[in-house]
Amino acid sequence: MDHAATTPVHPIVLEAMLPYFSKNFGNPSGIYPVALEARKALDDARSTVAEVLGCGPGEVVFTSGGTESDNAALRGAAFALKGKGNHIVTSSIEHKAVLNTCHSLEEFGFKVTHLPVDRYGLVSIYDLEKAINSKTILVSIMVANNEIGTIEPVAGFVKLVKEKAGGKDIVFHTDAVQCPGALDLDVNKLGVDMLSLSAHKFQGPKGVGILYIRDGTPFATQQTGGAQEGNRRAGTENVAGIVGTATALRMVAEGRESNSQHCQRLRDRLIKGILSQIKDTRLNGHRTLRLPNNVNISFQYIEGESILLNLDLLGIAASSGSACASEAEEPSHVLIALGLPPEVAYGSLRFSLGSANSEKDIDYVLSVLPSIVERLRAMSPLASTNE
Amino acid sequence: MYSDTVLEHFNNPRNVGFIPDADGVGLIGSSICGDMIKIFVKIKDNRIEDVKFQTFGCGAAIATSSMITEMVKGKTIEEAREVTNEMVAEALGGLPPGKMHCSNLAADAMHKALDEYEGRVPHKSRAPLFKKGEGVRGGRGEIPSEEMERKPES
Repeated sequence: MDHAATTPVHPIVLEAMLPYFSKNFGNPSGIYPVALEARKALDDARSTVAEVLGCGPGEVVFTSGGTESDNAALRGAAFALKGKGNHIVTSSIEHKAVLNTCHSLEEFGFKVTHLPVDRYGLVSIYDLEKAINSKTILVSIMVANNEIGTIEPVAGFVKLVKEKAGGKDIVFHTDAVQCPGALDLDVNKLGVDMLSLSAHKFQGPKGVGILYIRDGTPFATQQTGGAQEGNRRAGTENVAGIVGTATALRMVAEGRESNSQHCQRLRDRLIKGILSQIKDTRLNGHRTLRLPNNVNISFQYIEGESILLNLDLLGIAASSGSACASEAEEPSHVLIALGLPPEVAYGSLRFSLGSANSEKDIDYVLSVLPSIVERLRAMSPLASTNE
Repeated sequence: MYSDTVLEHFNNPRNVGFIPDADGVGLIGSSICGDMIKIFVKIKDNRIEDVKFQTFGCGAAIATSSMITEMVKGKTIEEAREVTNEMVAEALGGLPPGKMHCSNLAADAMHKALDEYEGRVPHKSRAPLFKKGEGVRGGRGEIPSEEMERKPES
């Protein structure tokens, strides 16, 4: 139950990719027949992605992953607009790929405003309005948070930013890495100028990402070299990976509604079960404005990894904080932004559900979790039962 | 990621709990680090007659706590003082590199408990690190008369 961390490559996706490692190994920039095969596969993949996003194929750039997409988007827009301003607005619960890129841009003279969130993880449109000034050139707010699943009203944010901008350029980027399979990715409904995706989150291969760049958006190429990807991302294309990404994205988009409903039913069963069966627990994130597959719970008095370890021994995979942060030994910046004290943030688990999960899985978790928590609390110097 | 010995101690921790009339209590850790270890010792004839622990933390923190209680139970104070965090980690068959600092503090907590027994640490060291619902006072509470009794016999 850790599908937000990564997903297995779907067999159909793998099958679609295989010929491009062997038979159709050509370089899409070449002129031989085998190269033309690769070129065609690349063009088809781009069209497929464009169809899902509701954009033109020329607005789709393939990258090496969600992190590169975020980096390219923020750096690309910031440096392209350097002459017009130096102010960037983002939220305090973004993925590290956005937060640390913003941090790095500060070294180049950019100023960054981190919008706070309320206790459900929502950014306030009033805070956003206040934050925008005459120097603002870039706003980056995620569609849905990877740890707590809160869905931000991005379309409304974009509308506000464009109004405030008047005729000036303020680029709106969004990290939508957690959204395929759960939310509509139509870039025109969202209104965003740039959008990041990562293939391995939707049963595509690791090492491939997508960056949507709306036509006319100021963008300074970050990875320079050859003319690939419309001069926006140099380097020979990862043809097999891109073919797999497009195949996976189309599949996940087609199955979105049934998958969402399935996950949401399991999600609500798990949330209700944990909160009613285990005392001193708290649901993190918003109850309804929430990714259909996300459950994030704080268990007071105990530490998340010790719960994870117990679950793992019983064959249940979950995550404490985001998977990438679990080696950092720091409490989740997202949970801290919600206002949780560090020791409560440490005691938090994320379950992220997928189509492979069933009600049986949920019931299994609910049958073992209460005793795990009880056992760990009996060991804890923080548990009130010691008094 | 963890050795079998770590997992075994994590699953079947030895000497969990608190000693109501402990002669020394050592508390170490911080909420920033995410690990907090509390060791209780009962001393008789210069030996650690009983030792218990309470731990908030990851698998490594719980396993090291369990291991230290096994390593020092029945030992003299001097022998127990020789035991270091590194020795605890070694006895567990090693810890992942990332766990060597934050989560390998059980020996320090035990030394602090001995410090308290020997009167090297003032009573306030037992004040809770966390403000609410923590019950860290656990053992002897904050009764001054008991505090007086805890002074080492000379």
